[in-house]
Formats: sequence, C-alpha cells, structure tokens
Amino acid sequence: MNKFQEIALKEMFSPNARETEISSQPAIPRRINLHQIPWIRPLLQSHWPQFLIRSLTLAGFAFTIFAGLFGSRVGSHNFAIIFVWIAWWTALKLAFIPLGGRSWCSVCPIPLPGEWLQQGGILEKSRRRFGLNLRWPKRLRGSWLQSGGFLVIGLFSAVTLTDARLTAWVLMALFGLAIILSLVFERRAFCSYVCPIGGFTGIYAKTAPVEVRVIDTAICAAHSEKTCYHNCPWGLYPVALRDSAQCGLCMECLRSCPSDNIAVNLRPFGTDLAAGNKGMRQSSRLDETFLALVMLGSALAFAAVLTGPWGSLKSAAFAIGSPAWLLYGFGLLVLNLVILPGAFALAVWSGQRWSGGKVQLRRAIANQAQILLPLGLFAWIAFTVSFAFPKMNYVFSVIFDPLGWGWNLFGTANSTWSPDVSAFSPGLQVALLLVGLFWSVSVAQRLALTNTGRTLRQILPLLAFCLAFSLAMLWLLVG
Amino acid sequence: MRKEWIARSVILVFVAAAITISMVAWQARSRGVVIHARMAETGGWNPESLTVEVGRPLHLRLTSDDVMHSFAIGKSDEPPVDVIPGEITEVTLTFDEPGKYTFYCTRWCSVNHWRMRGTVEVTGPEAAAEAVEPPLYVTLGLDIDAEHHADVIPERRPSASLGAQLGAEIPTDYQSREYYRSHSPADLWQALRDEASLSSLTNQDLWDLVALTWQSNTTPQDLSAGQQLYTNNCAACHGETGAGDGVFSDDLKQPKTGEHAEMQAGEMTARPTDFTDAEHMLAASPARLQGKVLRGGMGTGMPYWGPIFTKEQTWALIAYIWTFQFKLEDAP
Repeated sequence: MNKFQEIALKEMFSPNARETEISSQPAIPRRINLHQIPWIRPLLQSHWPQFLIRSLTLAGFAFTIFAGLFGSRVGSHNFAIIFVWIAWWTALKLAFIPLGGRSWCSVCPIPLPGEWLQQGGILEKSRRRFGLNLRWPKRLRGSWLQSGGFLVIGLFSAVTLTDARLTAWVLMALFGLAIILSLVFERRAFCSYVCPIGGFTGIYAKTAPVEVRVIDTAICAAHSEKTCYHNCPWGLYPVALRDSAQCGLCMECLRSCPSDNIAVNLRPFGTDLAAGNKGMRQSSRLDETFLALVMLGSALAFAAVLTGPWGSLKSAAFAIGSPAWLLYGFGLLVLNLVILPGAFALAVWSGQRWSGGKVQLRRAIANQAQILLPLGLFAWIAFTVSFAFPKMNYVFSVIFDPLGWGWNLFGTANSTWSPDVSAFSPGLQVALLLVGLFWSVSVAQRLALTNTGRTLRQILPLLAFCLAFSLAMLWLLVG
Repeated sequence: MRKEWIARSVILVFVAAAITISMVAWQARSRGVVIHARMAETGGWNPESLTVEVGRPLHLRLTSDDVMHSFAIGKSDEPPVDVIPGEITEVTLTFDEPGKYTFYCTRWCSVNHWRMRGTVEVTGPEAAAEAVEPPLYVTLGLDIDAEHHADVIPERRPSASLGAQLGAEIPTDYQSREYYRSHSPADLWQALRDEASLSSLTNQDLWDLVALTWQSNTTPQDLSAGQQLYTNNCAACHGETGAGDGVFSDDLKQPKTGEHAEMQAGEMTARPTDFTDAEHMLAASPARLQGKVLRGGMGTGMPYWGPIFTKEQTWALIAYIWTFQFKLEDAP
C-alpha cells in the first residue's frame, strides 16, 4: 500500500481516524488503527459480534459433521466435502489469510467447548473450572507438531478431501483433541502448537495487512496488572509481539486494556517480513523454517495429486495402505524432509559463504525462511484457482441439497452455473506465482541489506531456490 | 453473569438448531425406499430385494454411490432411468401381475455391470402357479454349447434385396416362422442347394435368398427394437459392430491373476462371440441364439437375460443380431 492509498483509506473510514505510530519503532511504516474508527470500535470492543459468528460457525460445524456422517457418500453432493474443502478452504486462502492473517482463528469454533470447560465460562471466567492447567511441554513448543500434522494431511489428502465420512471424523478428532488438550494444558495449547490450520494461517499471517500491537510500550511497562497477558487465551504478551504469527486476533487484550493502549492496525502487506532485524536478536528457531518448507512441499504435492494429470499418482494417493500409496507417502516425505530443506539450507549456506556473511548457519536458515512466505502463500492461492474455482457450482448445489438426498430447498439445486476459469486461470496463475516470486525476492533483498549489505551474492542462491519452486508450481498448475 | 448465561444459551440454541435441522432431515429422508447403486464389485444394488403387493405403488428413491448407473425393470415397458452419483432419482412402479421381477442396470458401469441385478417380489392373492412354456431351444432339445461351423460361407455379405431381385421361388416350407427359428442359415442354404428348381443359381445367389428369408421373418420395428436392446445390453461386450470387441471385451479375455482376479466375480470368462464371424454364425439357428440369450454362456461371463427380456424382445434382439451377417432391407 502506498502513501496515497493509505490516505484514501483513512478518509474512507472516518475523518477522525487516528494515525498510530509505534513509538519504539519509528522506522516502521505508518498504520491505521481500526480500533479508533468510531463505527468499528464497538464491533471490536464488544464480545458479541465475534461471539455470534463463533456460535454460528459452531452450529455449522455440528451440521457439517452430521452431513459428513449421514449425507451422500458422493463428495460433490455432500455439504461436508464442499463446504470444508472447497468453500472454507478457498475462503481461507483467498480472503481470511491474505487479508486478515489469523482472522479465521478469531471465529474458529474448534477451541470453544474446550475453553468453556477450561475457563468455566464462555465470555466470563468462573471458579468452576475443569482441567489440569499444565504448561505445554517445552520440547513440543514451536510449530513442529503443526508441520507434522500438515504432512499427515498431505499423506491422506486424496481420501480426506473426497470422503465425507472421513472428513466428519477428522473434524470430530480435531474437536476432541482441542477439548482434551484444553483440559490438560493451559490456554489454547491445541491452537498454538497442534492445529495444522493454525500453523498454516500463522506463518502466512506475517504477510497480512492486519496486526494487533501495543500503541505505547511505556504505558504497558507502567501497568503492573498485565491484564492483557492474563486475558489472552493464547498466552501472549502484546508488548512482546514481534510478528503476527501467534496472535489469533481474539481481541481480548484490547478489551481488557485499561489504558486503551492496544491497536488493531491496518498495515502494509508483508510488514512482518524482513522488518526490524537490525539490532534485534535474530531467532535461531528452525520450526518456522520447517513449517514454511512443509507448506511449499505440500503445495507441490496437493497441486500434483489433486490438479495434476497423472491418474496413477491420484490412484496411489487414494489407495491408502497399498504399496503404491507407501511409495507416494515416501516420495512426499522425502520431498518435505530431505529435498526442500536440503536445497534451502544449501541456498542459504552458499549465499552466506559467497557474501562473506558471519551469521551462524542455523540462524541464517531461520532468518531467511521469511523469504519463503510470499512464495508459499501465492503458490497456495494459485493452486486454489485451479482446484476450487471450477467446483464453485457445487457450493450452490449443496446449499440446496446439503446431504445429497435429492432435495431442492430453493428450487435451484440443478443450476449448472459454474465459473469457467479455463480461459483466464493460466494467465492468472502465472501472475500470482510471479507476484509471490517477486515479493519473495524483495524480502530477500531487504534481509540481505540488513545483514551483510552484499545483496546480490547473498540472495542469488535463494533466488534460484525460489525460481525453481515457482517453475515447478507453474509446471504443475499451468503445464 | 447474565451476559455469560445469554452466551451459553445462544450457543445451545444454535447447536440445537443445527441438530434439529439434521434430525428433521433424517426424518424426511425415510419416506420411500432408498436404493443405493454401486458397481457389482462393491455391492451392486442395496437393498437388492424388494417386496410389494400387486397394484400398490412402489415408491423408489434411487441414488448412486459411485459411477452413473441406470435402473430398469425386466419384462416391463417402464423406460430405464439414470441413477446419478449424489442425486436422487424418484421412480414409482405399480405392478399389475404378481410374480418375481428383475431390476437391473443398463449403464456399462464396470466389467461386472450385468451382475447389478435385484428382484421385486410382487405378491397378490391370485399368484397362482402359471404353467411355464419352455423356450424353443428346450423344446427342440438343442445342445446350445455344442460346436458349430458352417461348411460353406458366402463370398460377400448376403443381401436380402439382391435375393429378392433373383425372382426365385423359395419353397413355402422354408419360409415359415417355425423353420426360420429352428434352422441355421447354413441349414437353409444346404436345403436350397439341394432343390432342383434352384440349381441354376450360384452359391452366393442362394445366400442372398437365405438373407431374404431371414428378412421375411422380421419387421423394421423388430429390428429397431432389437438394435435398442443390443446397444443397451450387449454392445458393451460384443461391440457396436458385433465384432466381439466391446469396451469390456479385453477384460473378459484376460487371465485371472493379480489385481484383475479381484475385480472379476466369475472364475472363467471368454472373449465375447464375434457376430461377424460367418463360419460360426451361419451354423447357428435363432433357437440356439435364443438359448444363449436366455440362459447365458456357461463359464464365459455371458449373462443370462431370461428374467429381463420378454419373449418378443428376445426374438427382436435375435433378428437384429443377424444384421451383422445379412444386409436386410430397412435394417437400422
């Protein structure tokens, strides 16, 4: 977003909109604090709008499980398959994540029942709580389990995405696991460390134009109660937020801050990437790097299995337990655990060596993983164009006949309207992949400038990695 | 605390609404009999046997769980209806006569497509045992599995219209329906060859006369109905051109090992008969073909059509099968 767009946006919302600058980081581009916009403020401040949406999604969840278990076995006619894997998944990748970061997490119903038990209430905590409230084991911190979960989804993708019964069981398993973990561990352990979708949305939330941040850190320093931290279901302390990967946008900190010191900022896309590295401690955590790589590998695998022309690959991915499936699974794991991490590590290592960087390789790998985020996000968006768009007509027909039992609730079940994307989808996909590639390159460039100053030498191997991935994706999607 | 209770109530109301909608849906679904169609390998029709009283409407809701199927009732005029994955096709059947009816699939859904059969038991007070008239091949005592070869075969495909142009008189004995049904073309050819009055005609001329005789025992309506039956039920194996090269023919000739063995419900299958093979076909009588159609080919994978085709349909189908040997006037 450029300066002019920013001004236009501000005027559009309200003449009273207040610009906010984070006092401790003056170099960061300016934001628009949505919380200060008069008509948005009550929507964020009140529990009810978000709560009502969550109640609706919870009811939708219950109906989806019923449809999955008892509806038609034909995926294209079952609400569970079409709403989970076509409508919701598309909305997640095309709207929730790129525009709202973890905005889905803010309305996701999965943690609701567990949290109810854990906190003794939905909106207000009570003394009658259940659960052990243990701390999450240190060894399992980070996004390792989420990466693993995503790989498991990839292993069973062909069946899960087409079998309504299995989809219902997966949803129930997520639901059950969320409840169990809420009863054993404190806060949203399931969302933070286990939910694969949480991992997926979390890392790409760094690119999104929404963030929750503290306005003035000095106020927080003087505030001894730390109500924001105590009320955060995710266990985050807003002052410490360096990026938007962990924040589930639940707005509890904003509601509990006595000084109105929390902002919900509209910010330029990708603000978290390559930002504020100068002088800041660089993380050496590899879990996010691994997650980012798993997302790339999964995008390739999903594109190959679900939209590719290879019948034998589809059959192999479908025939769970067969030797062909074992081979497919082996290939998927080798791609995600060996080839991509190996190639990325090699690219970082050679970039470091060539540019004379003094950063420890582990830190460099962790740091450079940010480059992979725009690349991955746009690869998933491009995949969605060819995977989900041609199936959009099913969304309409399952609304009218959600269980595939031959109903016609509004007389339009047989509408054959289907967006014909074949004409523009290849062009659009090329454009999307290019946007991802260029964005990644620009992140790489900024990172290199802050790290060594010798830009080209450091980013060239990474550029080659990104280009190779983009070409592979292009080949899979456009052919 | 009031706020908390409102929130809890909202959650419960919403979830209860979702469950109620689901339950209402469940109730609404139980009207009529739902029949699920699957490929024979994975179960066929479910349920596969139904019972209904004579004259009472039987309301069926048909759906497919895998590929497209079609639902038809044997020995009835009811047109087949498509059974589409995930959609419900509603059919209401009323049976006037008691008895056992076969319903079957008319879409070539898999190599074992023909095994997709089920029955409707129509009960009624007057369900008296009806005297069953044995089919012709049984009356004739034909061994329909015996080898048969024509010693003489035509040089080209015999034509009924060329036969008519010869102006030759065919003895009336050979023109009767009984003769036609119980004799092979080769039998008739040999009989004509032995006729002194036809001695001036060439072998090919006599074949044209055989074609003419065969034509005189059918009608354009029969041929058209026969073609329809053939296309729907036979062409999957025997091929559109009758050459035994239908889409499933390759599966039927293959040895039963490995993955293929699991797909095949039967142990023994054979390549479908080539109806364009003159040596084989011209030595077969319509009665023999009737036997094959009604009983099926034992140990070849050829299904039995006795419970499905009416007598008229069987003869119409046989008449059409001869068009792979003869050029018959008005043949489709």
